[in-house]
Amino acid sequence: MKIFFYIGSYFLMIRNTFRKFTKWNVLKTLIFKDIDDLIIRSFGIVAFISFFVGGVVAIQTALNIENPLLPGNLVGFATRQSVILEFAPTFISIIMAGKVGSFITSSIGTMRVTEQIDALEVMGINTHNYLIFPKIVALLLYPFLITFAMFLGIIGGYIVSIYGGFSTSYDFIQGIQLDFRVYHLFYAYVKTTLFAFILATVPSYHGYYMKGGALDVGKASTLSFVWTSVVIIIVNYIVTQLLLA
Amino acid sequence: MIKIENISKSFDQIKVVDNISTEFEKGKTNLIIGQSGSGKTVLMKCLVGLLNIDQGKIFFDDKPFDDLSFSNLSDLRKEIGMVFQGTALFDSMSVLENIIFPLRMFTNKSNDEMIYRGNEVIKRVYLKDANNKLPSEISGGMKKRVAIARAIVLNPKYLFCDEPNSGLDPKTAIIIDNLIKEITEEYNITTVINTHDMNSVMEIGEKIIFLVNGRKIWEGSKQEIFDTDNESVNNFVYSSELFKKVRDIQIKGK
Repeated sequence: MKIFFYIGSYFLMIRNTFRKFTKWNVLKTLIFKDIDDLIIRSFGIVAFISFFVGGVVAIQTALNIENPLLPGNLVGFATRQSVILEFAPTFISIIMAGKVGSFITSSIGTMRVTEQIDALEVMGINTHNYLIFPKIVALLLYPFLITFAMFLGIIGGYIVSIYGGFSTSYDFIQGIQLDFRVYHLFYAYVKTTLFAFILATVPSYHGYYMKGGALDVGKASTLSFVWTSVVIIIVNYIVTQLLLA
Repeated sequence: MIKIENISKSFDQIKVVDNISTEFEKGKTNLIIGQSGSGKTVLMKCLVGLLNIDQGKIFFDDKPFDDLSFSNLSDLRKEIGMVFQGTALFDSMSVLENIIFPLRMFTNKSNDEMIYRGNEVIKRVYLKDANNKLPSEISGGMKKRVAIARAIVLNPKYLFCDEPNSGLDPKTAIIIDNLIKEITEEYNITTVINTHDMNSVMEIGEKIIFLVNGRKIWEGSKQEIFDTDNESVNNFVYSSELFKKVRDIQIKGK
């Protein structure tokens, strides 16, 4: 039954995050810092993973459709669909739960154990708003990161297909243009936005409400990664059921 | 002046603060002393509102802390400065940024005005050549000075210090203690200090309350603590060889 207590305190935290706002001058600085920490510094790992995952998707698709009756543009088509619908939004979000989520939990958790959060509260600052709101705003830029991941995933698939001899350039480009539906992008961005909110708030919750010392910051980061991933997977299923089924 | 009436606080049905009433006087250094685990820090966290009390009343100059409206409570909080045991300085900010942080949050001063005021308090706490350093780059004693400077930058009416000289060598500890006493007298503020250090009691204790297992066992002045018959107080005060020898010399002198 404790799960209901945790869920309740999570939603109370969200409510408090949007109350009693910190001065805009201070908030602005925090938002830019979080954009740098959470978005800009994630471009490298996202680029690396997206490129190679796109390549692997293309190879596996090609190796599984050796039947000559199947059209050659299928490799490009399958790569595009896989990357846009699932790999970029969901797979990258799970990776980000590890990278960004751990960062958020450990930074807020360290502030908790070193009494920095208490110091802010004694001053009368709404610590939920001060600590969590800038992260939510910074992660509003997360869809740009996912767009970048989609682009590089498809580029990765293209390069691997051409240089690996799995498809021709003409077939691959035809494939990625085949039966393109804008609604699929809408679906991908809806879930990306939801994942961004989860990535900002679930790790913040684990950092903010942690108890103990330095060792417990590590434990909280691990727990945060597990729960952020679980929530992302569940929300992914619900959104897919609602928007695609 | 801060007045507390019958305040109690429990965790999982264990009373950590048990029905304490007292007054902390203005312009004086009021000390809460007791062994580790006696409830000093919990009492202080209740006083500054970091923990909600289960029962009782807290008055800041006759203003009831619990019954204040949201905006009045926010105003009162700006009059409270606190020095934490571990200093609680913001890691990512420089010394000067840490000190002017409350100004940035609660005033409309220009950047130059904030830096001017920051330098004023830096000078007041005798801190030198540290403005642009990070907290991780300065010594324990300097961190305490920065924490004190941050606590007084808004000219508070109430100053709370949780074990301000813990982790410091005896000489630096005395300097920090005396700095707090000087600031208390200079700004005429109500200062409440948690400590288990008898040297602090000797140096700056003006009003002292003694806690055992969350209960107030004794209350009095620095002079009175050495003459009391209270067994718990005597066990605490004369737990070190140094103080035992001081007592023996005093008895021989009489």
